[in-house]
Amino acid sequence: MRQTSSLLWLRYVLLTIAALMFAFPFYFMVVGAFQENPTNTPDQLVPQSGWTTQNFTNIDSRIDLAGSLVNSLVFTAGVLLGTVVFGLLAGYAMGRLDFRGRGVTWVLMLLVQMVPFQLLMIPLYVQITSSYGLGDTYLGMILPFAINTTAVFIFTQFFRALPREMFEAARIDGASELRILRSIAVPLVRPAIATVVLVTFIGPWNEFLWPFLITKDSSMQPLAVSLANYISNVAQSTSNANGAILAGATALAFPVVILFCLFQRYFTASDLGAAVKG
Amino acid sequence: MTSSSIALRTPRRNWWGAQPIGSLFALPYLVFVAVIFAYPLGFAVYIAFHDYFFTAPGVEVPKPFVGFDNFVTALTDPQVLESFRNTAVFLVINVPLTVVLGLVLATALDAGVRWASAYRIAFFVPYLTASVSLVGVWMLLFSSGGLVNAVLGPLAPDPSWLVNPALAMPTIALYVTWKQLGFYILLYLAALQNVPRELHESAETDGANGWQRFLNVTVPGVRATTTLVLILAIITGANLFTEPYLLTNGGGPDGASVTPVLLIYQRGIQQQNPDVAAAIGMILVIVVGLLSLIANRVNRET
Repeated sequence: MRQTSSLLWLRYVLLTIAALMFAFPFYFMVVGAFQENPTNTPDQLVPQSGWTTQNFTNIDSRIDLAGSLVNSLVFTAGVLLGTVVFGLLAGYAMGRLDFRGRGVTWVLMLLVQMVPFQLLMIPLYVQITSSYGLGDTYLGMILPFAINTTAVFIFTQFFRALPREMFEAARIDGASELRILRSIAVPLVRPAIATVVLVTFIGPWNEFLWPFLITKDSSMQPLAVSLANYISNVAQSTSNANGAILAGATALAFPVVILFCLFQRYFTASDLGAAVKG
Repeated sequence: MTSSSIALRTPRRNWWGAQPIGSLFALPYLVFVAVIFAYPLGFAVYIAFHDYFFTAPGVEVPKPFVGFDNFVTALTDPQVLESFRNTAVFLVINVPLTVVLGLVLATALDAGVRWASAYRIAFFVPYLTASVSLVGVWMLLFSSGGLVNAVLGPLAPDPSWLVNPALAMPTIALYVTWKQLGFYILLYLAALQNVPRELHESAETDGANGWQRFLNVTVPGVRATTTLVLILAIITGANLFTEPYLLTNGGGPDGASVTPVLLIYQRGIQQQNPDVAAAIGMILVIVVGLLSLIANRVNRET
């Protein structure tokens, strides 16, 4: 591409300034999490001493870091399991099978993408806590996210892209649809499964509002909720509360960031385009 | 994508279709949609039009139909009106910043830039990270003794950012712009790949400079994505809860950062008025729908 050098230079300046502004809070978070006294002055931004892991011990003594992480993990794993298993079944049906009701199901999927959560919040709260008695349970946390419609869309697109002949040959050989799904389709859509896991993982792991509404028992709260409660309630009464907050924030942030860096190549713009809720 | 692929499939052999087992495969998803979307949606409308309150399980109390009473209660509540004003302040700051910064940074990142994936990761990481984590960081950065004020020195606002009625909502708007921008940059990057190279080349032959090409080729070329970005930014703005709840301690100072979803939570669950909360939810959805329609229309015509 023919570019005047001044313009190219401008690009790098712009991108670098922006990247620093985006990355700086993370630097502040991680460094502060390991500091006896996180800095509030610019000349101490590169700390020479005062490194400690005490902040993690402090936050752990207040909110049971390990227990909350386990709750986050169970919540996320439950959502992922439901989304992958039922999403694959539905996506295979939508992408490769001819059955009565497929058109209606497709329209329903589009409609679901348009229903905003703030409208469902109160009725879902009433349903899950009083009607089903699922307050303070993993199932109650998982249920509203148990199948991700975006994932069904992604699976459908991947299954549609596979060559028709493979499926016809297997059918002529007498394989059942479940067998075809398990032995032919699923191995071919591994990249789709990776994408879906990444897209879906962020949701429950970072989710705050819903588990905040339905978990009152602190031993059931995922880390996002217990950290938020710590920030808004008990932070004042802790020595070096700032360090403890940053330690908790680091513990919550890192699993997703690491997963993202490892699987970055599955996380492409086109999949995100399909993932957009609207 | 849908209709064409449905037309291309194998001819249907019977009324149930060639592979009726497909309905069985789709069944769990359909049950999910019925239980988690369809029923609560109907229930929300029911609650909003009745005098609904929480009762102990098994207790039957009449919940009479009250027409638009709950909507009147909601719309005459000064806090509800304030929450919509606050959302307007948020959108006025967040939406233009998101569109302009998203498109400019995506264009800068588009073709022939070294270390592109490093930049992409830097922009995208805030989007991936839990808001609760980042809110914790911003609270420290923007507190009265925080790093931002230490850098600003005498220019620091007093009262400080998050406890200042005039600055609380703008600070939240900045935070959300920062957190979400990486996602919009990715959307614009995908759109930029679909702008034909020849258009740039012919504009260049005609003597257009970089800025003119950006305005006359790039901006019209990504119009559909701009509409999508506008609508998504409006929806995100209307859904604000975590940020005002945590950053400004439940919508403070003096309700200057209270949002509709925060009120749905307070009225519906804390103060046990689910009927009014459901009405606020319906009003919010109608307002968001209208705003999205306007955004769609305006962007198509300009």
